[in-house]
Amino acid sequence: MMEQLLTDTLNTAPIIGTMLLALIVIMINALKKDSLAAEYWVSLIGIIGNIALAVWVFPVRGTAFEGMVLTGGFASITTIIFLVAAGLTIILSREYIAKIGINVGEFFHLILLAAAGMMTFAAGTDLVVTFIGLELMSIVLYSLAGISRRVLKANEAALKYFLLGAFASGFFLYGIALIYGTAETTNILEIAQNLQALKSEPLFLTGVGLLLIGFAFKVGAVPFHMWVPDVYEGSPTMVSAFMSTGAKAAAFTALLLVFTATFDFADSSINTVFAVLAVASMVIGNVVALSQSNLKRMLAYSSIAHAGYMLIGITVGGDMSLAGVLFYVVSYMFTNIGAFGIAAVIENKEQGGTDIDDFRGLYYRRPSLAVLMSVFMFSLVGLPPLAGFFGKYYIFVAAIEGGYTWLTIIGVITSMISVYYYLRGDVLPDRGAAGKYRVLGRQRVRPGTVRRGHPADRHLPVLDTHVDGPLILEAHASCLHI
Amino acid sequence: MIPHVLNVVLFLPLIGVAAVLLARRSNEAARWTGLGFSLLTFLLSLELFFSYDTANPAMQFVEKGSWIPALNVSYHVGLDGISMLLVVLTTFLTPIVLISSWNSIAKQVPAYIALMLLLETAMIGVFSSLDTFLFYVFWELILIPMYFIIGIWGGKERIYATVKFFIYTMVGSLLMLIAIIWLGYYASTLPGGVFTTDITQLFDIAPTIPLDAQGWLFAAFALSFLIKVPAFPLHTWLPDAHVQAPTGGSVILAGVLLKMGTYGLIRFNLQLFPQSSIEFASILSALGVVGIIYGALVSMVQKDVKKLVAYSSVSHMGFILLGIFGVTVEGLQGGLIQMINHGLSTGALFLIVGMIYDRRHTRMIEDFGGLARQIPVFSTFFMIVTLSSIGLPGLNGFVGEFMILLGSFNSTVLGSPWYVIFAATGVVFAAVYMLWMFQRVVFGVSRSEENNKLVDLSSREIGLLLPIMLFIVWIGVYPSTFLEKSEPTMQRVVEKLEQVQRGELLSTTVSDK
Repeated sequence: MMEQLLTDTLNTAPIIGTMLLALIVIMINALKKDSLAAEYWVSLIGIIGNIALAVWVFPVRGTAFEGMVLTGGFASITTIIFLVAAGLTIILSREYIAKIGINVGEFFHLILLAAAGMMTFAAGTDLVVTFIGLELMSIVLYSLAGISRRVLKANEAALKYFLLGAFASGFFLYGIALIYGTAETTNILEIAQNLQALKSEPLFLTGVGLLLIGFAFKVGAVPFHMWVPDVYEGSPTMVSAFMSTGAKAAAFTALLLVFTATFDFADSSINTVFAVLAVASMVIGNVVALSQSNLKRMLAYSSIAHAGYMLIGITVGGDMSLAGVLFYVVSYMFTNIGAFGIAAVIENKEQGGTDIDDFRGLYYRRPSLAVLMSVFMFSLVGLPPLAGFFGKYYIFVAAIEGGYTWLTIIGVITSMISVYYYLRGDVLPDRGAAGKYRVLGRQRVRPGTVRRGHPADRHLPVLDTHVDGPLILEAHASCLHI
Repeated sequence: MIPHVLNVVLFLPLIGVAAVLLARRSNEAARWTGLGFSLLTFLLSLELFFSYDTANPAMQFVEKGSWIPALNVSYHVGLDGISMLLVVLTTFLTPIVLISSWNSIAKQVPAYIALMLLLETAMIGVFSSLDTFLFYVFWELILIPMYFIIGIWGGKERIYATVKFFIYTMVGSLLMLIAIIWLGYYASTLPGGVFTTDITQLFDIAPTIPLDAQGWLFAAFALSFLIKVPAFPLHTWLPDAHVQAPTGGSVILAGVLLKMGTYGLIRFNLQLFPQSSIEFASILSALGVVGIIYGALVSMVQKDVKKLVAYSSVSHMGFILLGIFGVTVEGLQGGLIQMINHGLSTGALFLIVGMIYDRRHTRMIEDFGGLARQIPVFSTFFMIVTLSSIGLPGLNGFVGEFMILLGSFNSTVLGSPWYVIFAATGVVFAAVYMLWMFQRVVFGVSRSEENNKLVDLSSREIGLLLPIMLFIVWIGVYPSTFLEKSEPTMQRVVEKLEQVQRGELLSTTVSDK
């Protein structure tokens, strides 16, 4: 018995380790004065250590704690995704939070705790564990959204996120209750075994539908997307980056695990629901993004649209498609953290806002940042040879093979629409060029305020993930079979 | 024989990109490094030209390696007579472009040169890819350097122009992406088939595609290529992009990028969808004819020399389109040689316009006049290129246009002489707009004091125009050097189409399965 407990603890070490790390960081903050550097380095080293743990437990594919948590394989990969997202967020936040006036110690602690929540969320094989992970992640994110206490917009964002998020959690929990009522268990592996019988139970399907609403809210799919733009805009930029990547990745991986890897609703009406969500998200996300004048809002709508593309993969199902979704999640994470990171650097260094106007002529002020920003935008468009293209390609290939050519066509048409706003969010020289294309913006930067070679420039995650594309893909294809 | 010469030619410019970026401290060093790499690439590509086996119509210099096994995508490149000539055209124009930008690009020099070399790799990749996925990657890769070249070093309206260029191309190519995936999927539905993007396999499979699906696939590919050509109703990005681009960008755009469209039509539309090609040949030829006349008429009323040259491209590319969809060996050969001619003549025209713009900072026809007295060397070059563009016998333009008109006139697919009759008027119009422009710019009295202070061409400028002149005359006098290389390949393309037209290929391929 004790032995079993020990093995289980070891097999879930990355999750437990991350939680411990979060506690250590907050303790440092409490005990040491001027602890920014110490917390920063402890967090980063701890994250690297936990990634190593995740790699170490990778071969142990199975479940721990009596079938409640997934270990190794898929869980390791998602763990690494969240840790990388947390690490990049921490690296890019260091100067930014000091400037914005956020209490530093809390910030790192909360990011780590949210990452632990995401891991639990995406590794839970029992709906109760899934829910605990979801709540841990969400509650931490609510407080992160409002961490700039004196900024009105941040308060609005936090409150909105909290109210709507709590509502969605309610749906999620009610769904679990109904499922438990019919299946007499909350363990999804056991539910999966009885799925054929359960599928005809109306109460069970209602429960699954409610669960789906909770997920759709967390991934930001239309029509459960109303919170996304306000929250992304109001939150501190790096928090938005973390929410748009880590939280979205967590929701998608959990969705993958619950709805496709185990429940296997292929060829049922649930697929139609996913297809509708996908189409609505792609169309509304991309079309509304066209008219945004704030970069963060634009990225928020773009993230809704990208949720739509990933939902195509979930609709289609099958190994290739699911592996494609995972690849998409990874590539989207790097791209989006990069884009938000640049926004944060600009905000930080130039005292500018995040309106698209503030990025005008960036090329003249900071050429390297401008080029990187363009690369991120090209990747979001889905231009080869950048990672965003490979993600889309995998999903589109799977969709056409799965007989969903029409979804692909909608995906492609909405991608065409997106080209316009991604390029608009771009930063090419515009100084003195009165274009028909855009109105001249304010020139916020005074000469002399520009400093080259800022450390954050170097830390930006450059998009070379496509090199690892096939490798990740193959790793995932095997991981999905637990 | 250099081993793996195609790989070397393809990736040498990419190494050049790294080298140039390392040398970024000094503009001079970047210029020389870039030029060195592009010249070396050109010299190596001559190996492709000379060791190409003319008698063999199949793919040569083939390189194949596994790339993404999960998607059955391989790195597969090779050249036939068509693509080999276009690759050499690309490697020939790139050093010229770099020399032409020696002084006119003053800011961000290393970045400019690095982007040009990246563009070179992408262009060679487009012409040599034998895998639709690889082709698509290179095809879209073109957009990134082009976006920056126009957007950073362009004229006043550069952002508008570059975004328009980007969106037009992207819209077409995304539809092509669906078609590419669908083709791969179709291959997997055949008995014993697997998902594939390998062109050589797709060539065998393609004729069995049901006709209605073939029509859609044809349309998806054709739309993407027609935007790039650009054919008549889809051409509006071209004048903007050309006028706003820096001289080097315009030369590459006219010289090589437009050819990617016509190359794609031959490589993919004709060879993958033979039935649909025959079905849609008359529509596309008609588009070509409309383009010829429309481009010529619009050129006539232009006040800006660069814009005039840009619209004349629409007209010239219309000829190529007509030549391709006449589906005769003469027409296709004429189309190919016309692609090269247009790359040389229009490229040279843009260079010449760039040279005069560097001196006068205007391109308006009305500002010039009487240049022949002041800068005779410039005027002489200008005249030769103008005459080549018009299609004077003895210069290259005549060969291409004549073969196209001849080929389409004999075409059984088109079956009507009217296409050629209308297209021939374009030759007359060309003489009108080019000579009229030339007369107003070079002859007569000077309309501005500044024209009297102009300095004639420097040895650098003469040096970069001379090789182009050489080929303008060479192709005009003895085109066989180039035509013989591509003839067997073209014959095979046409034979396959003729078989389909007689209904042979379809049945044999099906019974094979």
